[in-house]
Amino acid sequence: MTAIAARVGGIRWTDAKTVGIAGIAIGALAFWLALPPLASRTAVLPILLGILAIAAGIWTWSREQHRIGGGAVAAGVLGIAFGVLATRSSQAHLDTVVVWSALLAATLRYATPLTFAAIGGLFCERSGVINVALEGMLLTGAFFGIWGAIWAHGWAPGWEWVIGLIAASLAGMAMAAVHAFWAIHLKVDQIISGTAINFLALGITGYIFIDKYGDSGTPGNVADYGIPDVHLHFLSNWYFVGPILGQLNLMIWLSFALLVGTYVFVFRTPYGLRLRSVGEHPRAADTVGISVYKIRYMAVIASGAIAAMGGAYLSLGFVHSFNENMTSGTGFIGLAALVFGKWRPFPTWCATLLFGFSSALSDRLPDAYGNQWGTLFNSLPYVLTIVAVAGVIGRSIGPAAAGRPYEKQ
Amino acid sequence: MSDQEPEVASEEVAPTGPEPSPQQHFRSRFGGISGGLAPVITTIIAFLMGGLVVLLTGKNPWHVYKAVFKGTGLNWFFHVGNHHARIPFSAHKMWFPWDTASVAAGNLQQTLLLTTPIILTALALAFAFRCGLFNIGGQGQYIAGTIFAVWLGTSFVHLNPLLHVVLCLVAGTLAGAAWAGIAGILKATVGAHEVVSTIMLNWIAYWVGSYLFGEGGPLQGSQAFIPISNDIADGAKLPVFWGSALLQGLSIGIFIAVAILFVYWILINRTTLGFEVRAVGFNPEAARYGGVSVARNYFLAMAISGGFAGLAGALDITGWEYHIGESDIQASTIGFTGLAAALLGRNTALGVGLASLLFGALINGTSGRQLDPSIFRPDLAGNLTTIIQGLVILFVGLNLGGIGLWLKKRRKPA
Repeated sequence: MTAIAARVGGIRWTDAKTVGIAGIAIGALAFWLALPPLASRTAVLPILLGILAIAAGIWTWSREQHRIGGGAVAAGVLGIAFGVLATRSSQAHLDTVVVWSALLAATLRYATPLTFAAIGGLFCERSGVINVALEGMLLTGAFFGIWGAIWAHGWAPGWEWVIGLIAASLAGMAMAAVHAFWAIHLKVDQIISGTAINFLALGITGYIFIDKYGDSGTPGNVADYGIPDVHLHFLSNWYFVGPILGQLNLMIWLSFALLVGTYVFVFRTPYGLRLRSVGEHPRAADTVGISVYKIRYMAVIASGAIAAMGGAYLSLGFVHSFNENMTSGTGFIGLAALVFGKWRPFPTWCATLLFGFSSALSDRLPDAYGNQWGTLFNSLPYVLTIVAVAGVIGRSIGPAAAGRPYEKQ
Repeated sequence: MSDQEPEVASEEVAPTGPEPSPQQHFRSRFGGISGGLAPVITTIIAFLMGGLVVLLTGKNPWHVYKAVFKGTGLNWFFHVGNHHARIPFSAHKMWFPWDTASVAAGNLQQTLLLTTPIILTALALAFAFRCGLFNIGGQGQYIAGTIFAVWLGTSFVHLNPLLHVVLCLVAGTLAGAAWAGIAGILKATVGAHEVVSTIMLNWIAYWVGSYLFGEGGPLQGSQAFIPISNDIADGAKLPVFWGSALLQGLSIGIFIAVAILFVYWILINRTTLGFEVRAVGFNPEAARYGGVSVARNYFLAMAISGGFAGLAGALDITGWEYHIGESDIQASTIGFTGLAAALLGRNTALGVGLASLLFGALINGTSGRQLDPSIFRPDLAGNLTTIIQGLVILFVGLNLGGIGLWLKKRRKPA
């Protein structure tokens, strides 16, 4: 305890970074105050707080902390915009849309496929291979996951979802292996081979789906043997936390484990160091005896397996059915989250939560405000990512050797 | 501001040293015109593998491909006879070797209608490729073009017809150019990777389009609960010169697309702009040393290629669709078909034209409208088309010599 107290006491409160983070928090507060349960009805409060956040941001920016300063300015602007919008809405509408526990549980559900896709992309791109094929790998996993589970339904009762997950990751690895061979050995432009994988995944899954399940679609009883939810009964009476964490799907918990595991592996083990060195400076890595090709192959194939798991969650744990092109851009949002999170696990996860939150919100907006606002809201993750690559909130620069085939000497 | 330098600057000190820049990779793979042999081989491989897929489902690939070919209307050219054709836009008739009113003629009209936007979205890719940029955002720029064409086409109902249709086409072109220009500016000023920004712009266009034409959206038509725009005014429609305008006859849009192919050829090969664009694509450092503004050319190349894709959207609206719905926007993959056509056509005007015809014919021939379900399910065939496109993209980028070299190396490990 004393150590924590010492750390809290040790924060320099006039430090530019601290002020910037406080600015971001104040910007978020500007929006939050206008929402239930507090639901302040005056527009003055979000405007004042937002201006405060912007001021803190500018102060931070002027002290060379561009990223956090820009973040605080953005939080302030968004806080004013959404806060004022919320105070203009009727209380009843707000109560319909903003049910925090349901909203946060939905956020986790939407963020999980994004997390798997983005973490898969992280391995691939950290090793120096650009992966725009995440969408295709996700779709492959979604189809073969449910296919495997249905196939196993007759002979492996209780284990269907395990076999589904295995089938999904094998299929994802096969797709990724093609991408890897094309990108690493054949030295084809990685964006082209990635786009080809997206096409192939779309065509192959659609083809087998129509051929196998025809017009009736996947069987309706998949929900009975899909990936199970984890019921934490001891949580059920806890205020607020219970409804959020009480019955999440197993894959959501796995995504947390994956996140921590990825961080430890990539940044705290020698293997992770090799992975990153291959992505930043393959020649140097080669010189000290690291096999660039081997590491890249393993990373790309691992990325296929991980992304495919996210797809399997989508079909086998979330909607319990498959449709042609059912991912419709989820993989690309995962890629966006990876860029937004600057190729780091926890910032990337925060980005997936932000994007998942916007998906959850756009899901609930139609209940109160009509269809069209929810639709428009779906573009938010992409707009934010453009802002991120434009450098307003600190530039996103990927691994230095990403996209370049390595030529052995 | 040193960290705000374009990314190209950091490529100077790239750690990989003697390796060729990405632009040089582009050049070696796509710029070089090593004859039409490789694309032809690629196409044959892709169709053979597609046939294998058909075989695995227990159908005869030969019969399926024959039915698809019949649906494309390209067999029209084989039926030469003694016919009379109406001269377009007049009441006169003249002798003509082909029957312009046959079923095959109708199929061919559909194929050419589908080829029109593919030519232009392929040129959007090709022009950016020549500058060393990967404009994967043809889809979003196409949507931007359709949005403006619909918007202006449904407004100003009493405008002079010629003025109205030109207005729609120009607005669609400019909308596409502006949409791609965002990515161009970001590339030129802060060095944001154009692939990431154009992918994001694609999805923004997708959702904004869904919002505009969706239920309750500002451009939704007068019919409640149907997420489709109104039809554009008659004055904003392109004249149909073959077939009936009511039955999706062929508009003069195909001539505009072919003319743009010539414009592209002239622009790339015979103008200063084209020279600078190619110079930047070949080697941005050398171009900069030679006094060419790299940033300016990045922006111009993106904007011009976006203009091509925007025009594709405007031609689709004014040429035969006349309105657009939320589901049309969400189902469209024309930008990515253009990608396949540009790669297969090796970014040359002639190659792009032929490859676009191939894909236009393939998409039309496998559509539910043309393919006999008793021979092959059209929805299966549609996915087969997607697979073939994927295989084409996969194999066309291959340096065939490179594979041979790799196999040789494998046999004799150094």
